[in-house]
Amino acid sequence: MSDYISHDHEHDGIDRRGFLHCMAWAGTGLLWTISGGVLASRTLAQIAKTGEPLPATDLSFLQISDSHIGFSKEANKDVTATFKIALDRINAMPTPPSFLIHTGDISQLSKPEEFDTFDEVLKSCRTKDVFYVPGEHDVLNDGGKLYRERYLKSVEGKGSGWYSFNKNGVHFIALVNVLDLQAGGLGQLGDEQLEWLEADVKDLGSSTPIVVFAHIPLWAVYPQWGWGTSDSERALGYLKRFGSVTVLNGHIHQVLQKVEGNVTFHTAMSTAFPQPAPGTAPSPGPMKVPAEKLRSMLGLTNVQYLQGKSSLAVVDSNLS
Amino acid sequence: MITLTSNNKMAALLSGIVFFNLSLFALGGEMKNADSTKPNRIEIKDFAFNPQTLTVKSGEKVTWINRDEEPHTIVSVEKQFKKSTALDTDQEFTITVGAPGTYSYFCSVHPKMTGTIVVEK
Repeated sequence: MSDYISHDHEHDGIDRRGFLHCMAWAGTGLLWTISGGVLASRTLAQIAKTGEPLPATDLSFLQISDSHIGFSKEANKDVTATFKIALDRINAMPTPPSFLIHTGDISQLSKPEEFDTFDEVLKSCRTKDVFYVPGEHDVLNDGGKLYRERYLKSVEGKGSGWYSFNKNGVHFIALVNVLDLQAGGLGQLGDEQLEWLEADVKDLGSSTPIVVFAHIPLWAVYPQWGWGTSDSERALGYLKRFGSVTVLNGHIHQVLQKVEGNVTFHTAMSTAFPQPAPGTAPSPGPMKVPAEKLRSMLGLTNVQYLQGKSSLAVVDSNLS
Repeated sequence: MITLTSNNKMAALLSGIVFFNLSLFALGGEMKNADSTKPNRIEIKDFAFNPQTLTVKSGEKVTWINRDEEPHTIVSVEKQFKKSTALDTDQEFTITVGAPGTYSYFCSVHPKMTGTIVVEK
């Protein structure tokens, strides 16, 4: 059984060429294939063991997600320990990533002491630069005020916390879709953020690789469970003209991937506990798995960019 | 716990839908003579409110209890009563309802979760 997926496709920035393929791995072991991207796979653990260097890249960064510090139920009684293991994996990489992104749900209940624990454990990570977006668990009682003070101060987040930055020619966009949610609805970006996004990308050349990250998926993974964002179409509309768009999300605690035109959508594993594949359980609550299986369902995501090849390689690896 | 009294504002008609008394769940400082023997309980389980619609008498208490391993909130759609903080597993939230009407609420963490309280005289 393959416990990771990798995906590496390249094209000239505007036109799609050649045979495109993509796969996604769902927690149940279901493997499915849709269009877009060429497959290649290698786990970080394998690389670390053989000492084999990663191919030369211009930029490599790591996505961690859904740490849920403070959670202590059956599905994982020690989420701090598994978060530490994820950081150990990062520290063991022969070529350390340039920076990390954390795609939300640092905490279980937005408690200051949960954030404190996270920050304390994170100190052990060799990679010091971290960019954040909040999950709904981080903004439970105060509209995200504490979260913004702690994690978004240095990036000068606008509105409820969105921002953008450039690294090695790649434009990164951090979006917030977990606040002011409407009864009966999904994740939401809101007009103010969407207007900001339109202006943010307006002057960028179409060949600029774009990476968007947000907590709740920006595609309709499973709206019945709230796994989607109601106004994501409008956001993606502003990004249509770009040759390479990589969308990185968390929230659903499992790897799912989809390619649509020049846009690759990808969700990361949690470092805390798995959640069921869409529709396979009465609710999307924490999934209990045998102890020996837990770490194979937790993980992190490595993303690499090579200049001249406009697409980014997205490689997931688990913690087992 | 929040105690609520009514102050009899006019009901409004909006878009052909009869809207309820906006101040039904207005905050008040005084406890009503609630029928505390009747257990008006709404259990939160599997990301759903059970029962999804609960009918109670004006002045009674309503208590939500979270049986999920995921935090949930209780938020009035029309901001007619004070929202709960995030309820962890087995935590409760209680309000005392005021004037008759129909009140929609949802979980602001998982907005797909919605419920209704019908308050009768």
